Amino acid sequence: MKESNRYLLSGNEAVAQAARDAGVGLGTGYPGTPSTEILEHFAKLGGRAQWSPNEKVALEVGLGAAFARGRALVTMKHVGLNVAADPLFTAAYTGVSGALVVVTADDPGMASSQNEQDNRRYAVAAGVPMLEPSDSQECYDFTVAAIDISERWRIPVLLRMTTRVCHSLTVVRRRDVGGPPGAPGFEHDIKGRVMVPANARPAHHRLREKLADILAWNESSGPNRWIERDNTLGIVTSGIAYMHAAEAAPRASMLKLGMAYPLPVETIRRFAGSVDRCIVIEEGDPYLVDAIRAAGITADGKAEMYRFSELSVERVRRILADDESPEPVPPKGKPPALCNTCPHRVAFTALHDLDCIVAGDIGCYTLGALPPFSAMDTCICMGASIGVGLGLRHTLPEDQARRVVSVIGDSTFVHSGITGLVEMVYNPPSTGHVVIILDNGTTAMTGLQEHPGTGRTLDHQPTGKVCYEDLARSLGIRNVHVTDPFANPDEFGILLKAALGASELAVIIARHPCLLAASKIKQYERAAKEQRLCSAVTNTGN
Amino acid sequence: MVKRITNVVFAGLGGQGVLKASDILAQAAFRQGFDVKKSEIHGMSQRGGSVTSDVRFGDEVLSPMVPEGETDYLVVLAPEEVDNNRGRLRDGGVLIKPDDIDATALPHAKSLNVALLGVLSAHLDLPESDWVEAIHAALPEKLHKLNDRAFAIGRSVGNKR
Repeated sequence: MKESNRYLLSGNEAVAQAARDAGVGLGTGYPGTPSTEILEHFAKLGGRAQWSPNEKVALEVGLGAAFARGRALVTMKHVGLNVAADPLFTAAYTGVSGALVVVTADDPGMASSQNEQDNRRYAVAAGVPMLEPSDSQECYDFTVAAIDISERWRIPVLLRMTTRVCHSLTVVRRRDVGGPPGAPGFEHDIKGRVMVPANARPAHHRLREKLADILAWNESSGPNRWIERDNTLGIVTSGIAYMHAAEAAPRASMLKLGMAYPLPVETIRRFAGSVDRCIVIEEGDPYLVDAIRAAGITADGKAEMYRFSELSVERVRRILADDESPEPVPPKGKPPALCNTCPHRVAFTALHDLDCIVAGDIGCYTLGALPPFSAMDTCICMGASIGVGLGLRHTLPEDQARRVVSVIGDSTFVHSGITGLVEMVYNPPSTGHVVIILDNGTTAMTGLQEHPGTGRTLDHQPTGKVCYEDLARSLGIRNVHVTDPFANPDEFGILLKAALGASELAVIIARHPCLLAASKIKQYERAAKEQRLCSAVTNTGN
Repeated sequence: MVKRITNVVFAGLGGQGVLKASDILAQAAFRQGFDVKKSEIHGMSQRGGSVTSDVRFGDEVLSPMVPEGETDYLVVLAPEEVDNNRGRLRDGGVLIKPDDIDATALPHAKSLNVALLGVLSAHLDLPESDWVEAIHAALPEKLHKLNDRAFAIGRSVGNKR
């Protein structure tokens, strides 16, 4: 019974294992639930993995690696692909010389996200093939397949995961996976990679030809499974929805699609023709059913109420029974809250007491919107606090404009706040503005990841460090204050009050390490110090 | 042939070791050669909110989530989470809750999760050696003895029920 090639892995770990087995040379990304553990596990397995300041940069670095004939893996959560969309759309035109696999981890139900966008739409919009695993074994297999497709057709490939697939543990068997076919190296291809209009026009044609070729392959030998059972009911499905459907309707015939784009429409047509009733079971948007019906195939879909949140076995049973009655409301559990000893508490208490209008941002500190603070008025996307705060200042009557504050965390600031700060200097409101950087020395919300402001790499080794106060001063902002809200809670309130009263631009950096990260940070700093001492001794020895 | 699946749901609050407990059960079942799936939602839950985790094992497991009302064993680590989750149990399903254990007998308050696994272990047909190996694989060595004791306390409570 005990078999050695048998592992219990999360979907994220399985992607990392496959990437490692396939000799992926570089993994890049930005932390985001539910994708974060992919690169962490890849590093743990000995792979070269690095956090980028944001997803756009991560994808660009990955693209460079794939231009150099390397194999690259780029990871992000669904909203991260919005940030990385710019390079993605044109990388589809240039194609790659090695392999470029981009993981988008969608979050239907929004366990830890600000929206539940369905990134299957991105595959269509960018013209990039997309694979959709339904468990950890497929995460492993489809990562390998994505590398193969990327190299064979010289095209970036999207691997779309969802929260349940990323975080569920299921059994995985590894297999022999070949490494890269050749060593990295550069060949000039100005017409193929410099996307000025004269080069981009033929490149777009090339992309559509590749997609037509991939479609033909997907129809004949793509990663799709036709499971023939009772032909009274046939279910077309993909991703985790397949698992729920297979459990809810064990006797139904199934067409389980592994490649969400380009869709094998003729296979679907034959399947639909082989059953009495064909129904599409998919999580999120009606992406499959719309495409299937547009091809003139008759198929049922789900009622609009099932577009929202995750699917489950019981929800699939309801869809199959055309049950549109109200669903039982799940009992409300205890909501999350800022830790009792969180240094951010001081900031939100002051913001509440001074009746500020707070343009907020993405991170643990978004919990400042909850009672007892109720001290956040907007939260949109990474970095939006600064732009939204400035727009409020430009537009509100003066007495209200003076109360507007932008609040942003350290990792979020590096991700997308720096350009906001430049905007503030370039187009300052007449009442000035106040930006608070809540610097707890880590990317806390996603599980304590490093970022360019911590001065440590993904695996906690010392590296270059971005200093926010120097950055702000270099932009010409004169009122830059650094304070420790924990050691000196009164000072934070005094600084904020003074900044609100002046008609100037101000940046207040509230710096105190996250209590969950503090002991680890001390440990990394000690290790770095010892390393420095060691190398000093070695240098003296020379 | 009816495929028999065992469905276990763990519930509690962030920081109580709910996910650790479900990891240990998943490992113990995995070591017995079962097909296993374990599902959880984490993220915001790390900040002290409600956390649940589902473990399913048997011949072949499809959905990683235990369907409503099909839970065989509900293991709850926080008293205030019992009522929230009771509805997930099937008729005749077993509820294992914190006051099944005499808290003062525990070697450490944090070992409640492993003690409740001990209670659960008395109901499941998994060898004790796999449980112990799974506990040791999930925890740092300095905590092994303490958790072995917590597990034994729970197991003897379970055996008496």
